[in-house]
Amino acid sequence: MSGEHAPSTPVAEERASLLTPFNIVTGLIVLVGLILTVLRFTKGLAGVTNLSDNNPWGIWISFDLLCGVALAAGGYTTSAACYVFGMKRYHAAVRPAILTAFLGYALVVFALHYDVGRPWRLPYPIFYSPGPTSVLFEVGLCVFLYLIVLFLEWTPSALEWLRQKRWRNLMVRMTLALTIFGVVLSTMHQSSLGALFLIAPSKLHPLWYSSYLPVFFFISSIAAGLSMVIFEGTLSHRYLHDKMDAHYLEGHDQVALGFGRGAAIVLVVYFFLKLVGLALDNNWHYLLTGYGAMYAVELLGFVALPALLYAVGVREKNLKVIRWAAVLTVLGIVLNRFNVSWFAFNWHLPAAERYFPSWMEVAVSLYIVTVGLLIFRFIATRMPIFHEHPDFKETEPEEEEPHEHEPRPHPQSFGH
Amino acid sequence: MDFFTYHDFTMYTKGAAYLLMAATLLGILGFWLFLTERDEDKLIK
Repeated sequence: MSGEHAPSTPVAEERASLLTPFNIVTGLIVLVGLILTVLRFTKGLAGVTNLSDNNPWGIWISFDLLCGVALAAGGYTTSAACYVFGMKRYHAAVRPAILTAFLGYALVVFALHYDVGRPWRLPYPIFYSPGPTSVLFEVGLCVFLYLIVLFLEWTPSALEWLRQKRWRNLMVRMTLALTIFGVVLSTMHQSSLGALFLIAPSKLHPLWYSSYLPVFFFISSIAAGLSMVIFEGTLSHRYLHDKMDAHYLEGHDQVALGFGRGAAIVLVVYFFLKLVGLALDNNWHYLLTGYGAMYAVELLGFVALPALLYAVGVREKNLKVIRWAAVLTVLGIVLNRFNVSWFAFNWHLPAAERYFPSWMEVAVSLYIVTVGLLIFRFIATRMPIFHEHPDFKETEPEEEEPHEHEPRPHPQSFGH
Repeated sequence: MDFFTYHDFTMYTKGAAYLLMAATLLGILGFWLFLTERDEDKLIK
């Protein structure tokens, strides 16, 4: 453990604290996940999944990949806000957001192995048999490159932890270039994930099918990224509070307010664009069907409502409301990706032929999320993620002194 | 509503989309004013 603001736990206490409810539950999930991993790679997809020729993409694509990529968008939104748009007041949120995004993308690739199989052939689509006319190839290439970018963006924390000053300084100098590259790559693959479904106009329900799907996926990923930073910050604030220094705590509330404001605007734009999409395809009549009810729940309950809650929260400077809005937005993005790739996909098929995941598919997804959580905790408790390393301080001395959690006295400076 | 030609369809849908876009601009403007109206106020935790 490094950093004077992050006191280390004595070894004896650490050993005694191993048998906590958290460790027991996560240990069990990891154990089940490892057993299912062996089953998956020895018995094939049929051994653990309900996937079929009609439904070759299941919850591992809907949740692990589509939701994973969307919810990892906090990396590019935060670093773009801080380094490209010069909003340095959000600097404290960059490292947690980059770490979350890096782990999110790493786990997307990890989870893809369960779907695709034969992990030793992972480099094939990039180096051996690329299909440059395929949207999926573009997604694969972007995720491959962006994972490298995120790794490089995360390395300063690890290099500070390892006290490799020269390498750390070199990586810090590359920050702006990496951020711009990351934004470009994210813009491309976040939208391309939506473009993947353009090939299936007869399979995806008209309420969700639109030629604007790439735009919807990209814009909703911005709201997802901003909301995940607020959501993840809230959880970290609660469970990793002792790892945070005054600089991080001082910026925490500003991040929630500023990102809440940004998310409110993005959600409202997204809401109206979805309506324009409905109007251009003249799909209004579907709103009176069962799928229409589901669409209305998604659009009103998980886009319009969080937008309104964000606005009320920012207007009233009420962080609790903003945090609830962030939770709703994250759930809304999950619901949207599930609707596009699962619930409203193959909607013509009779109920008996529709896809429902086996418990083992759900358990593998849970296992992957748990692995991400454990790695996040491992890194955040050891490396300077929520605090500055004492040997590499960048903040001004006068900003370091107050240890109170009060925000700055001029909340209007939070705005854009 | 019945459409007999593609022209009818695009006239109708584009017309609706343009009206909606005008509403969008006004809606976003109103939302922005609502959002920023109380920027001077203090923070509630």
